[in-house]
Amino acid sequence: MASLDDLKKRIASVKSTQKITKAMKMVAAAKLRRAQESAERGRPYSEKMNNMILNLSGGISDKENAPKLLSGTGNDKVHLCIVMTSDRGLCGGFNSNIIKKAKSYFLKILNEGKELKIITVGSKGNDQLKRMYGDKIIENVSFKESKNANYFDADKVGKIIIEKFENNEFDICTIFYNQFKNVITQIPQVHQIIPLNNQDNEENTSEESYEFEPDEDEILSNLLPKNISTQIFKAMLENSASEQGSRMSAMDNATRNAGEMVDKLTIEYNRSRQAAITKELIEIISGAESL
Amino acid sequence: MSEGFKIEIINPEKSFLVKENVSEVVIPAYEGEMGILKDHISIISFLKPGIIKISSKSGDENYYVEDGIVEFKNNNLSILTSSIFNIADIDKSKKQDLLKRAEEESVKVEISDQSKYLIDQKIDVLKTLN
Repeated sequence: MASLDDLKKRIASVKSTQKITKAMKMVAAAKLRRAQESAERGRPYSEKMNNMILNLSGGISDKENAPKLLSGTGNDKVHLCIVMTSDRGLCGGFNSNIIKKAKSYFLKILNEGKELKIITVGSKGNDQLKRMYGDKIIENVSFKESKNANYFDADKVGKIIIEKFENNEFDICTIFYNQFKNVITQIPQVHQIIPLNNQDNEENTSEESYEFEPDEDEILSNLLPKNISTQIFKAMLENSASEQGSRMSAMDNATRNAGEMVDKLTIEYNRSRQAAITKELIEIISGAESL
Repeated sequence: MSEGFKIEIINPEKSFLVKENVSEVVIPAYEGEMGILKDHISIISFLKPGIIKISSKSGDENYYVEDGIVEFKNNNLSILTSSIFNIADIDKSKKQDLLKRAEEESVKVEISDQSKYLIDQKIDVLKTLN
């Protein structure tokens, strides 16, 4: 049985931990609101971009010579996976969920005998994947310095991807990120960005014919690289909202658990204090009786 | 039916500007300046560095853009751009800064002819602003 002093110390330490988790929860809540807002504000851009590409690709006359970013290289041998995680820990299952999803996808690809290349965005993902897939990781990008997700960072990642694509380093590119649903739920997403997957788009291709200036091909080849960056940016925004949400609920849980622990320890402390007093009393009384 | 059309300028971070009832917009399209009036044919084009001029009843507004894509459809003009500034909002030092950066880029050797053209364009526009 722990001594009274030990119990006292433990209670104090749990209490201070609780203070920290509580503060982290507050911070995450404040950041979450901001991240959520910017995720919502960023949506029109990617939606419009998507629509335009749909309209454009519908209008393309020569499917054979369509840009490779749209139609693919015709192979599916080399897969590039972009795993987007956070730079900081203590956010519950946020990073592990993405990693789990990514790992099962990696396994599938490797079982099919295809080549796998990985780019990790965010240091936590890199840490977790390094052990198993260290030789497959070709690049690690991390934006520790930037406070919020911004477009220039996304553009950097996009440029890396496009450069690699133009050097024929891969055929298919997939991104992994967490989609923000609400504070408690974040859904890990697998999304193929090269070649562009048109199947999951709704039927909003208009019949209307557009005038193009210059021609379709040139616009498309200009638009598609932009779209890659936009998709990455969208994933970054969703990710940062999810990260804060996940951290918030994790810290909420931690605070609650610490509270429960303090209660339990206090009861134990009081009991042993009472036991010590009773023991002393018995000793005094039996000492007096024996006189 | 109103006399004007609707313009929407969106950048990746947010919806930059939404304006109804615009009478004319001049955009720096890739193959030269283009004026868009109501009931223009549906068009998709992209932008080179230049100035977007929006005319409406409440007066003219000028914006400096570096790149972007334009879509006009059913009297809705959408402009997607990653770099846009309201000219009234940017001060002299900011303009100088942009100009300096563009000039630095233009002396680089490894850039392609096309991006060289775009950068020269950017410098020209910025010079007229200063």
